[in-house]
Amino acid sequence: MADKVLMKGNEAIAEAAIRAGCRHYFGYPITPQTEIAAYMAKRMPKIGGTFLQAESEIAAINMVYGAASAGKRAMTSSSSPGISLKGEGISYMAGSDLPGLIVNVQRGGPGLGGIQPSQSDYFQSTRGGGHGDYHLIVLAPASVQEMADMTVKGFDLADKYRMPVMLLADGTMGQMMEPVSLDLSIAEAPEKPWATTGTKLARTHNIVNSLSLVPEELEKLNNARYAKYEIVKKNEVMYEEYMMDDAEICVVAFGIAARVSKNAVVAARKNGVKVGLIRPITLWPFPTDVVAKAADKAKRFISVELSMGQMIEDVRLAVNGKAPVELCYRVGGMIPTPEQVLDAIENGGAKE
Amino acid sequence: MIVFQKPHALTDAPMHYCPGCTHGIVHRLVAEAIDALGIEGKTVGIAPVGCSVMAYNYFACDMIEAAHGRAPAVATGVKRSDPDGLVVFTYQGDGDLASIGMAETVHAAARNENITVIFINNAIYGMTGGQMAPTSLPGQVTQTSPYGRDVKACGYPVRVCEMLATLDGPEYLERVAVNNIKNIKAAGKAIRKAFQNQIDGKGFSLIEVISSCPTNWGMTPQKALEWIDEKMIPYYPLGVYKDRSAAKEENA
Repeated sequence: MADKVLMKGNEAIAEAAIRAGCRHYFGYPITPQTEIAAYMAKRMPKIGGTFLQAESEIAAINMVYGAASAGKRAMTSSSSPGISLKGEGISYMAGSDLPGLIVNVQRGGPGLGGIQPSQSDYFQSTRGGGHGDYHLIVLAPASVQEMADMTVKGFDLADKYRMPVMLLADGTMGQMMEPVSLDLSIAEAPEKPWATTGTKLARTHNIVNSLSLVPEELEKLNNARYAKYEIVKKNEVMYEEYMMDDAEICVVAFGIAARVSKNAVVAARKNGVKVGLIRPITLWPFPTDVVAKAADKAKRFISVELSMGQMIEDVRLAVNGKAPVELCYRVGGMIPTPEQVLDAIENGGAKE
Repeated sequence: MIVFQKPHALTDAPMHYCPGCTHGIVHRLVAEAIDALGIEGKTVGIAPVGCSVMAYNYFACDMIEAAHGRAPAVATGVKRSDPDGLVVFTYQGDGDLASIGMAETVHAAARNENITVIFINNAIYGMTGGQMAPTSLPGQVTQTSPYGRDVKACGYPVRVCEMLATLDGPEYLERVAVNNIKNIKAAGKAIRKAFQNQIDGKGFSLIEVISSCPTNWGMTPQKALEWIDEKMIPYYPLGVYKDRSAAKEENA
């Protein structure tokens, strides 16, 4: 096993991105993810890369759009209010079929909200976030190790499917320190014959574009993109099942909420309660089949979230009425305690 | 004997511009500069949102369509991806560059980003049917200033070259026009210089091209060209607003 180093989640993202071959980072300062920019500012000039502090979140995502058009592994990072601003550029990236990594270290909202952890951008992330029909692949790490692993995975998936990928973390994941192995498995970036790297007068011009004024053609493009999404749904769902074999109660949680929930599941098991945890690692595509299968046996579902109940809609869609789905939550920067989740497991009912 | 032909850097796609529109002239000048400098194979152009949104079909080099106003940010991303290998230009109208994209314009200039910006100032939003632009003249009648631009209610036009000239960043700023042969020749020279500056690594060059929009100005093409002389140029004087290299030489 490779040596581990102690790192902050945000730093692990930055280092993993560099190791994944990202040499173009564009960002704008916002708490609680600024360590990513700071790390990039320090490292990129030393390795021939680009760190650029953009004039705005909007400019930053459009710089990613440009570098991605030119075939580079490019990324930006921000936190909730900044991601809203990037929504325009993310939609254009999706519409132009451009790869790229967008990191959202979520904080409480809406509006300026707070700077403490949150998972209340679940809808925004999994439903696209900007205008038009599109999806992002949304990765939800639950440890500093996964912050690094999912960063690498994010670049690989973005290139593989030519679509933007979002790493959806939260303030806790960004700020906490854990040992992390940087012995990461990195796939080689594929050839990008579509990229705008100059024709060299050897081919007709490449065009990166999301405009299509003929309705029949735009419909065709949307259908083709959704056919691609079906392949992603088939091949790329990631999740963790914990003590689910005989579970009569199923907790569903991701990120920091999953870590809290795991403690509660262990405590409940000690009390003889047959409870397990499904932890979606990809929020889109959501592990619908896994939750649906669990609903064949489980009598109750509990969605544990740092939001007013967003993922619960996907859980309900998957459970499809076969069992009640309850919500256990805290918001505004608050995090549920294991005791709160244990209480929800043992005593039921949606409660704060 | 060939005496006149289409520049190599333009494709054969028929342009969609209105009769009498000067976009075609400026496209040609840009393509001629690319041909003259032999850079088509390493040039990437960024099209805006506006009348020239489909410029990506007309230039034979690699092209990117940007979101409204974001072309300088997109150009920055492209240029930083291969600073020595690529030549990057944006082609933007007044609404794109001086209204919704003002921040991107100012900061690309402040960074002295090594790109070339072609800025079409025709004092109107053309694509959407003739609304007031940030550069519409005081009193100018448009669809959204039907009683004439009232400066008390909607402020004064923005003089982009003069404003950017206050920054230390940009290398080269020049305002030209394309309403007569003499001005067109000068415009071609300025555009070529703006590309040459980038090749020489000098930094941000912006050429503001005073252009006409007969359709939305409600004029014949010829009258529109005259209106440039009568109304536009007095408010937007032609000339070089910044030439840092020349200034350095003078001071040397």
